[in-house]
Amino acid sequence: MARIIVVTSGKGGVGKTTTSAAIAMGLAKRGHKTAVIDFDVGLRNLDLIMGCERRVVYDLVNVINNEASLNQALIRDKRCDQLYILPASQTRDKDALTTDGVGRILEELSKEFKYIVCDSPAGIERGATLAMYFADDAFVVTNPEVSSVRDSDRMLGILSSKSRRAENGEEPIKEYLLLSRYSPDRVKLGEMLSVDDVQEILSLHLLGVIPESKSVLNASNSGIPVILDEQSDAGQAYADIVARYLGESRPHRFIEEEKKGLFSKLFGSK
Amino acid sequence: MATDACSSKMMALEFKSTTLTVPVLLLVSNDLTDIDHQLQEKVAQAPEFFKSSPLIIDFQKLTSQNTALSVQEIVDLIRQHGFMPIGIRGGDESQNKEASALSLPVYATHSQNTPPADKKPEKIMPAKEADNTPPENRLICQPIRSGQRVYARGDLIVTATVSAGAEIMAEGNIHIYGSLRGRALAGVLGNGECRIFCSDLQAELISIAGIYQIRDDLSSYPAHKPVQISLDNQTLIIKDI
Repeated sequence: MARIIVVTSGKGGVGKTTTSAAIAMGLAKRGHKTAVIDFDVGLRNLDLIMGCERRVVYDLVNVINNEASLNQALIRDKRCDQLYILPASQTRDKDALTTDGVGRILEELSKEFKYIVCDSPAGIERGATLAMYFADDAFVVTNPEVSSVRDSDRMLGILSSKSRRAENGEEPIKEYLLLSRYSPDRVKLGEMLSVDDVQEILSLHLLGVIPESKSVLNASNSGIPVILDEQSDAGQAYADIVARYLGESRPHRFIEEEKKGLFSKLFGSK
Repeated sequence: MATDACSSKMMALEFKSTTLTVPVLLLVSNDLTDIDHQLQEKVAQAPEFFKSSPLIIDFQKLTSQNTALSVQEIVDLIRQHGFMPIGIRGGDESQNKEASALSLPVYATHSQNTPPADKKPEKIMPAKEADNTPPENRLICQPIRSGQRVYARGDLIVTATVSAGAEIMAEGNIHIYGSLRGRALAGVLGNGECRIFCSDLQAELISIAGIYQIRDDLSSYPAHKPVQISLDNQTLIIKDI
């Protein structure tokens, strides 16, 4: 049986799709057969981040409506043969998603895949609730600012009450916190919530901190999941997160301000 | 007339709905001489006020006592005193028929005739009945997240945090062993003896039996300190534990 992971946040623009792409690629690169599904019907982005936008023929809604088979719609990643992408439809809206249809797709995928990553749209409406309904694990992506933290809190409430596991009275969804766009120097200046502040409000297991990084935007623009940029801090942070999720223990990084060497102090470069 | 010429092509009439306050004559006795005397006295007090006043005749009391009275007779009597009866209500079947024959409309009684004061006790009754069943206390060990609502019929005990934007309500006391950042309402059915206990007060709102304070009122109380909140003389008292 596959493990279904939902990447969610409530608020938009916090890095759900970036995280979905990175986590899925990370799991696949470690040899686990992984599928990543874009639930943002109408505003699809995952194909861009994954760099497969030119290869989309069929999409999630086609499969739900039985207009295409799952194998026809799944796009195999060119960089990693363990990774498959199921894109969202751009021409439809989220009402095209049905609980039965999504359930059927996930069940079928579960037979073949080890991990299924569901990239949730922002908000708490249909697309978002369906993306998390069948989940086993939830990665809650939060930015260190109050509105994002509150929306995540709301999402956690929905996760614990409106999922399949909650409705069937099974073991609840495992929830993990991913703190993204973190900038230690801004925390020090008091412009951003610290890891401890966010932890105190959400009381959630911290899976990792992703630093604010130029490499994320560069990676998105070029269609390469940031985890493949092994030199970048964000890429390393995602690699740590995947390792921790798989049970390895790695110390948390990127929480403290980087100690600048004499040279960078003198020349002001990082 | 000019207006006629203009309006000839326009609509000749229009139906509209309106609500009027009309005096009701509630009959308690069917003795026409008594009614005659008492009406005379009433009209004498304020002749101008009652002159040509429209009136609805209410037979409800008589009907409940099974006392018969001819509609024709009472209408004639009332007209003698200068009133203009415009309908009846609460009559029995024969009175309703008689009224229709006299071209007097028959109105329904139930909509207006129960004064709001009578309704209030009814609403409280089910709550009182509910009180008779044993109160159910609730224990919650998971964080109560933003947007969630929890209601306890008895006491409510939360061992985790109540997030900002969450709302917890109890008919009894509330105990919170994490931080209280949301809203907590104790004694929601009006029990002023209830209290709120919490180990870290950062609430958006606290309330006991409907008396509440909001965040702004609470800012003088330091967070991260265990406190109890009680109600004394319609004021919320916050004390350290």
